[in-house]
Parts: sequence; structure tokens; C-alpha cells
Amino acid sequence: MNVLTDNFSTYARGFLGTVELTVYAGLLALVLGFVMASFRVAPVASLRVFGTVWVTVLRNTPLTLLFFAVVLGLPRFGLVLPFQLFAVLALGCYTSAFICEALRSGINTVPRGQGEAARSLGMTFGQTLNLVVLPQAFRSVIPPVGSTLIALAKNSAIAGAFSVTELLGTYKTLNELGYDIVWTFVWIALGYLIITLAISALFHALERTWGVAR
Amino acid sequence: MTATTALYDVPGPRTRRRHRLYGTLSTAVLLGLVAWILYLLFDTGQFTRTKWMPFAYKGIQELLLRGLGNTLKAFAIAAALSLVLGGLLAAGRLSDHRAVRLPAAVVVEFFRAMPVLVMIFFIFVALKVQPLPALVAGLALYNGSVLAEVFRAGVGAVERGQREAAFALGMRKTQVMAHVLVPQAVRAMLPAIISQLVVALKDTSLGYLITYEEFLHAGKLIASNLDYDLPFIPVVMVISPIYIGMCMLLSWCAVRVSRREQRSPKTRAVAVATPGPGALLPGREPPLAPKP
Repeated sequence: MNVLTDNFSTYARGFLGTVELTVYAGLLALVLGFVMASFRVAPVASLRVFGTVWVTVLRNTPLTLLFFAVVLGLPRFGLVLPFQLFAVLALGCYTSAFICEALRSGINTVPRGQGEAARSLGMTFGQTLNLVVLPQAFRSVIPPVGSTLIALAKNSAIAGAFSVTELLGTYKTLNELGYDIVWTFVWIALGYLIITLAISALFHALERTWGVAR
Repeated sequence: MTATTALYDVPGPRTRRRHRLYGTLSTAVLLGLVAWILYLLFDTGQFTRTKWMPFAYKGIQELLLRGLGNTLKAFAIAAALSLVLGGLLAAGRLSDHRAVRLPAAVVVEFFRAMPVLVMIFFIFVALKVQPLPALVAGLALYNGSVLAEVFRAGVGAVERGQREAAFALGMRKTQVMAHVLVPQAVRAMLPAIISQLVVALKDTSLGYLITYEEFLHAGKLIASNLDYDLPFIPVVMVISPIYIGMCMLLSWCAVRVSRREQRSPKTRAVAVATPGPGALLPGREPPLAPKP
């Protein structure tokens, strides 16, 4: 029971590590996912192909394999970065594939007439996408993007196994100090619950303000 | 493609020329990127003989095959257990008795909210279970909970009239479920179930982190071998296509089944979406996006 009070700083460090990882990887995933989604609906064939390959490959890659390739493989390439950055890279790219698909299906929910109306006003592809379709698509993808980011927070646990400071990794330190392992895990589980519930609450708030009532 | 999107019109001659220009430019950039990666690979000597030698040895091939076999074994057990557990939990959640419904809901929500790896580590470290059972148990708990939601959504997607008609014929609750609702629900659920099995297959690689001797673990053994000059990249190049290929095959099955489902005249294609991977606050399932 006193695992938490005795080792509050260890837990706090792990907790903040997970939060940081989630935030940075989440931002990367949102940006990359947006880019890939616009590639996938673009009129240029080679961009569409690239987007499709990106999504198909990453969605079917086990995250552990991706971590293995990035954290252990890339340094062999002569690319040496801090573990934390590698983890953000792996998590961000992996999650971007799911964000891309959420955005793309969001684009599909916007009625065709909207795009046609924009075009009849003389808007270009970029204008149609950015001024008319995406603003509406964003509102309908809030829930799926939210659950993708929750999945990201949970997936960040894998980073701990690849020596990044995060919540799950704290068990190793505490295990070596001889604390009761069950209680250690109870607090870790609570930490994750706090993070996932916070994201969930945030996205419910976003949905209430921006969501589309259909 | 043009027909399915409202974003751009059928291009005219000038636009076509412009698109060709963009196409050439982006192809050039992408090819440049590939060339740069290839250059890096050659430059850091990833294609040297020593690095690729291990794959010529019988023992190492057997090691990889055994790893692959262990991965598939873990997947098969985990998939079977998740389906059973999912069925049980769904039955619990659909029960008329509060005393059954509530615990089932708590179990489902809790295991969906936990990272799979935390559960696997907990079972492995705290309960001191062997790697394979720990991995399988973790996967079954997580995927079983998610599948429970799929099953529930599937039963809920069957038209109300079916249930009412069955009750009107004097069937009991179990009969209504077993003879009327579930057989119809299975058709709609199948794609979502297969997609969830892809998740289970991908997650078997977590076994690597608890020293279960699966495919990735075999790869790591070869990769960190000093005699062959640490062939990390070659190992990734050999292992990834196999792993990704297996998952893609299964994903492709899901897509095919769902296409056939939508064409089938027997069902008015009620799509059951995979419930989000996260535990959103109970009772508020996100309206999952239509049309894939």
C-alpha cells in the first residue's frame, strides 16, 4: 500500500513520461495522419499510392516489430537519437495510419453536395478540402480520433520495455527495491486509467462543443 | 476513383497536364527518398556477405521457423480463448439480471481500458506464470472484452421485429438468442471479428517482451549475434514482410467478407464497426464512421 507514498517521485516520473510520450506522439500522429489523409484523397495518383501503402503497411505492422526496427535497427543505420525520440517516432508513425483512416472516413461522411457546391463556386481542390470539407469532417471524426489517441496512450507502454522512462517501466525499479508487486501494478493501472479517462473526457467535451448532431 | 469523390471534378485538359506535373514531381521526390534510403543501406554496409550469411544456415532457418510456429500457436490459442470469453462476456452484458450484467460490464470496461502489455506483465511478473500462458491470458482478456462489445453490437443490430416475432411465437429468451438473433448477427459481425483477430495476431509480438520464444524473439537472437556483425537491418528485412504479410492476409479476409456481406441479398447489410480501442466513458459508444 505504501508503495505509492514511498516512491511518489518514481511514479510521477513514469507518469509524466507516459503523458509526454502520448502528447508528442499524438501531435506527430495528427500531423502525419492529416498529410496522409490528404494524400489519399488527392487527384495525383502517386500521392494516393504512397498514402495507401503507408496506411496499409503501418496498420498491419505489429507495434513491437516497429519498435524493434526503429529503436534497435535505426542506430545500425548510423542514426543515433535519444530513446525517447525513437519512441515518439515509432508511436507517432504507427498511430498516424489510424488517424488517417479516421479522417478519410470523416471526409466520406460529408455530403457530396458540399464538395460540388464548393466546386461550382470555382474553388480549387485545396480550397474545397480545407475550407469546406475538412472543417465538417473534423467535427464528425472527434470520437474515432479520441479512441485512437486512447489506444496510443495504452500502446506507449511498449516504449517502457524498450528502455524509455514511462509508467509501466516503473515496475522494474520498484520490483528491484523489493516492493509488493501486486500493489505496484495497482498504482500503475490507476495511472493508465487516469490518462485514458482524461483523454476520453477531453474528447467528450470537444464533441459537445464541436460535434455534429445528425 | 474520380467517381467516388466530390472533392474534384473530372479534370479537363489543363488540369490533367497540371496533375501530370504534380505526379511527376511527387514521384521524383518519393523515388529520391527510396534512393536515399538505399544509399544509406549500402553505405552502412547492410548488404555485406557476413550480415546475410546467417540466413543460409539450416539451424538459423529452423530457429526462425520455430519462432513463427510459436507465434502462430500463441495466436491460435489466444484467438480461440478470446472468442469464448467474448461470447461469455457478451451473454453476461445482455443478461436480464442486474447481478450478472453489472460485473460483466465492469470486467469489459476495465480490460478495455488497460494496456495489454500491463496485463501481460502483471500475469507474468506478479502471478509468476510461464511466458506462453501469460501472453495468451493477457491477449484473451483484452480481445475477449473487445469482442464482447462486437457481439453485443451485432445482436443489437438485428432488427427489433425479429426478436419481437420470436417472443410472440412463445420462444424462451435462450431460444430467441440461439435460433433467431445470433445466427443473423454472426453475418454482420464477421468482418469486425476478423479485424479484431488481426489485432490479436499483431499483439502476439508482445510475447517478445516477456521472453516468449516467438518470431521476433528468434529475430532478436540472430540480430544481436556478434559473429555476423550484428545483422539488425537484414533481420528486420526478413521478418517484417512475413509478419506484415500474415496480418495483411487476415485484414484482406475481413475486407472480402464484409464486401460479400454487403452484396448479399439475405442481409440488409448492417455493418458492425469494431468498437473503438479505448474505453470511452461507459454507455457512450462513438458513432463510428460509416462507409469504409
